[in-house]
Amino acid sequence: MAWLLAVAVALLWTQSAHAHIEHGQAAGFASGFVHPWSGWDHIAAMVAVGIWGAQLGAPAIWLLPVVFPMVMAMGGFMGLIHLEFPGGSKTIEIGIALSALLLGAMVCGDIHSKKPGFLIFAAVLVGLFGLFHGHAHGTELPPGQSGLLYSIGFVIATGCLHGCGIALGVIHRWPIGRVALRGVGAIIALGGVYFLWEAISGGGEAPKTSVAAVYLSIGLSLL
Amino acid sequence: MMIPTMRPQLQHHLRTFVRLFAIALLLSIPSSVHAHLVTTGLGPVYDGIGHFVLSLDDLLPVIAISLLAGMRGPRPGRFTLFLLPLAWFAGGLFGMQSHPAHTFPIQSISFMVLGVLVASNLRLPAEIVAAIAILLGAIHGYLNGGALSAAGPAAGTLELLGILAVIFVLVALVASFVIWLRWDWTRIAVRVAGSWIAAIGLLLLGWGLRGGNPL
Repeated sequence: MAWLLAVAVALLWTQSAHAHIEHGQAAGFASGFVHPWSGWDHIAAMVAVGIWGAQLGAPAIWLLPVVFPMVMAMGGFMGLIHLEFPGGSKTIEIGIALSALLLGAMVCGDIHSKKPGFLIFAAVLVGLFGLFHGHAHGTELPPGQSGLLYSIGFVIATGCLHGCGIALGVIHRWPIGRVALRGVGAIIALGGVYFLWEAISGGGEAPKTSVAAVYLSIGLSLL
Repeated sequence: MMIPTMRPQLQHHLRTFVRLFAIALLLSIPSSVHAHLVTTGLGPVYDGIGHFVLSLDDLLPVIAISLLAGMRGPRPGRFTLFLLPLAWFAGGLFGMQSHPAHTFPIQSISFMVLGVLVASNLRLPAEIVAAIAILLGAIHGYLNGGALSAAGPAAGTLELLGILAVIFVLVALVASFVIWLRWDWTRIAVRVAGSWIAAIGLLLLGWGLRGGNPL
């Protein structure tokens, strides 16, 4: 009787199904979403794109955040098909650092112009740096995770960072806000100096003058 | 004298071992799996709805064509609302018969083309939008039909009807919402969404060419 009961329980037991179990699907989205937030160099550059767009006003305010994800995806695509920049990863690191430095400088200087050529210059500059960011970030999918969900998370996070920059740029309409934004630009540019030093020295310790300059700029902007 | 007393014990242990082994064997037999079709327990129509809603490679292009149609106005919106589900249904029926094997680059191309069209805000005539909707519906429906037939003999037209219902509702909601948008910044937000879809498509193409898990 016990034997029959055991067999009946065994037959009624929920069986294991080994095929088509998809592990890590949701984790793919999380990995992609977290990636752009994982480095200050990326955060600084992407927020700077949003702020600069807000300073420039229409149509740059929407053109730059539209251009950046598309060109960044192009950089990611290059990385995925193993199309490397000359100089390899060092070139990418220098490009990312330069993006923070130059975009920060643009925000700091509140550089804008009504000439149509300037809009093209801004789009090309932002797009060029997008290639480096995409190449560095778009290719690091953990094993077993969905490429589609990773890409969705990655692009949405980048858009959120731009949104943060644009939201911050709203204060540009007030005189004190314009000064504050230029201070933020100075911080980003000096951060770019620090990242550039790290990229050139291969991760070595940054010079004390560079670190001091960053702290000084933070202090000045707070004042 | 020891052997007669040991033998029943040995037999008992042996029987117990065989029984436990049989139970373990039964427990370890994997059950049949209905591949790639969400089983909601609510019937085939809801299974189709669940399948579509959870298939982002189908969902995002439908959202993109709805955004495109909505940006172009009510007439392209109406064309898309009726023609996309019909083309999807026709493609689905055809796909059920022919079982398409490879689907990889099609989704990424759909993402990129539709995303770029939305982001660039091209002033396409209603007829062109309708043609794009038919093409999208026929191709993705064909792939959907193949996926349904691969899921098992039970899957069929009712699942496809569930998919059509959810496509109709989705296009109606998204396109009418975009038509209703009047402020500049809201239409810019739609274009930004288009650029995101194009970017996702390009990355998806890269994952596929790299040989990883694109979907």
